[in-house]
Amino acid sequence: MSSSDAPPKLYAAQEPIFPKKVKGTFRNLKWVIMFVTLGIYYITPWIRWDRGPSLPDQAVLVDLAGRRFFFFWIEIWPHEFYFVAGLLIMAGLGLFLFTSALGRVWCGYTCPQTVWTDLFYTVERWIEGDRNARLRLWKSKWDFRKWRLRITKWIVWLLIAVATGGAWVFYFADAPTLLWDLLTGQAAFVAYATVGVLTATTFLFGGFAREQICIYACPWPRIQAAMMDEHSLTVAYRDWRGEDRGKGKDREGLGDCIDCNACVNVCPMGIDIRDGQQMECITCALCIDACDEIMDKTGRERGLIDYLALTDEANERAGNPKVPVMRHILRPRTLIYTALWSLIGVGLVVALFIRSEIGLTVAPIRNPQYVILSDGSIRNTYDIRIRNMTQGDAVFRIGLTSDEILRVDLEGGQDLMVDVPADETLLQRVYVIARPDDPAATADRTELRFWVEEFGTNERAYQSQSFIGQGTQ
Amino acid sequence: MTDQENSNLQPDDPETTGHSWDGIQEFNNPLPRWWLWCLYASIVWAVLYTVAYPAWPMISGATPGLLGYSTRAEVAEEIDRYDALNADLRTQLTEVNLAEVTQEAMPDLYNFSIQSGGATFATWCSQCHGRGANGVQASGYPSLLDDDWLWGGTVDDIHLTIAHGIRNEEDPDARWSEMTAFEGILSDEEISQVVNYVLAVSDQEADTSLAAAGETVFLDNCAACHGDDAMGDRYLGAPNLTDRIWLYGGSPEAIEETVRHSRFGVMPPWSGRLSEAEVRATAIYVHSRGGGE
Repeated sequence: MSSSDAPPKLYAAQEPIFPKKVKGTFRNLKWVIMFVTLGIYYITPWIRWDRGPSLPDQAVLVDLAGRRFFFFWIEIWPHEFYFVAGLLIMAGLGLFLFTSALGRVWCGYTCPQTVWTDLFYTVERWIEGDRNARLRLWKSKWDFRKWRLRITKWIVWLLIAVATGGAWVFYFADAPTLLWDLLTGQAAFVAYATVGVLTATTFLFGGFAREQICIYACPWPRIQAAMMDEHSLTVAYRDWRGEDRGKGKDREGLGDCIDCNACVNVCPMGIDIRDGQQMECITCALCIDACDEIMDKTGRERGLIDYLALTDEANERAGNPKVPVMRHILRPRTLIYTALWSLIGVGLVVALFIRSEIGLTVAPIRNPQYVILSDGSIRNTYDIRIRNMTQGDAVFRIGLTSDEILRVDLEGGQDLMVDVPADETLLQRVYVIARPDDPAATADRTELRFWVEEFGTNERAYQSQSFIGQGTQ
Repeated sequence: MTDQENSNLQPDDPETTGHSWDGIQEFNNPLPRWWLWCLYASIVWAVLYTVAYPAWPMISGATPGLLGYSTRAEVAEEIDRYDALNADLRTQLTEVNLAEVTQEAMPDLYNFSIQSGGATFATWCSQCHGRGANGVQASGYPSLLDDDWLWGGTVDDIHLTIAHGIRNEEDPDARWSEMTAFEGILSDEEISQVVNYVLAVSDQEADTSLAAAGETVFLDNCAACHGDDAMGDRYLGAPNLTDRIWLYGGSPEAIEETVRHSRFGVMPPWSGRLSEAEVRATAIYVHSRGGGE
């Protein structure tokens, strides 16, 4: 304990990481996923979708002011938020599914932090060169060349960051209009603030904080680690095959690992996968690509570093044949997750197709509970909201099922017909009156069923309510 | 690693902090330094924030802050902005014929009146008439929701009542009615008779013989205001005694109390306190609550 004299440090400087360029299956997969996800992110708001004159013609639009969510041919109203809740549950179950099967695959391939950091590393490599050149530049003095390279890199990063923050706001307003407003300085403050914040976070997180976000700021590594089991595939090193590692042509007593550090040099998290499973590992599998390349060169079998489950170690040490990957992926736990996930998905699709385009909400006015009229009739008041979710104006008739004894009156009109414009909600005050000899007038509470019927289509929406009579006293 | 306490340490483990409790040791996994700087930056931000914005509590309020930010000033500004936006509607409301303001004919003006009249009602009228405008029977505050009106239930009638009040000495234009207190004028027997007559004409349980005798008492003493048929007279503000609505209650005791001692409900005039637009909007609001004629 020689270090006991000096107090240990509480805070450590960030260790710079200079990942080396790598080629291979997983690197290609990451390129494809980066291309697809960024493509979706940037292009989606610009897709047009004709919904007629009174509605926005943007395919995907979160209209916060109008409280509508437009997704191609689907329009979600605030009361239909269960669709969003359902999608969130599906996202959660999907995360369980992928994590139990493939470990932190979300972190390694699709997490925005990973995708943008990867993009920023690509820019860095393009401007400053690969690992060795970047290392040299890091150690060199701040001369003209270093400043030039650094500033070029930062400018490109900043452009990407602005484009990132810029793309986000287009989901919340008509994209072409907003772009013009942003450029001419006429857009709302909240648009500029959003672009500014997202630009700053993208620039800082992707360019400088990088793996620090995953290790220190993000809760997912802890949560995901808890969702894995001994059958989950994670990136691991076959130490029973690689050890003892060593350099040199004479492989007597040595394993397949030639200790070339290729796996360490390509790791964007700055870890050595040969130390075993680590919280920092995002299972991006770049070390697998790097090692496979070395194995090809040394003429050894690929897969010294591989997607492995904890159970594989005991199995392979015992000399049994490798368990196929699909056997790790298809097992009861993942099948149950898949079944639940599909069930909710099917449920949402069914709900989408059977949902009504007209809606009714009835709110009873209970201050007072009822009013006595001069002839002794009892009157209850209700505020009813009729939603016309169709894309044309409609006329609705309001009524009550069965009971002819109770009378319905509208505030300001007697014909029980109301006009509701397209894509709007109408608030209408309605009175229900029970004559003195009506059982409802003396009963404590009578069940009612309101309906509205769209003129022409005869489609109806219903809601149950109760009528309060004098029996409450 | 000769120390007995370190026997559980693996070669790859980070160094320990050197603390040891019952053989339990603590790894030293230091936080990144930038995190520390974020903490310092937050502290600086917090201090600057309290300087820039209202923050520190003093004896008679908080420090105002260098930026002069005030939520009250912002609210006042918002109110002024909307007042300016509504100025046209308000002017229109003071000039228009009130009966013409309906949802169909003038939706903008109608909705403005319902909203602003509702706010005025909640501020000034709900203390007596209740938040739901149903009145308080025991105290003689009438319900404004039903179809019975002492002085008429058109929007112009309601407007006159709100503007000038009822039985209010401060306002010469106030509506005025006064019922005689009959204790001492009528005998106890006559009072009992007329009370039973009123119960009978309003379809309530009554002593038939007393009620029959009470008809004469009623015609002699009450019909001048309440009418021969006891249906009341809106011109005089005399209530209809045959319906089911009672301002002070329709029980024999309540009716007898009224006959003996009379009632004298008052309402203040609002035309001096509220703007004409507010009074008119309130009239439209009250008219819309279900009782409007």
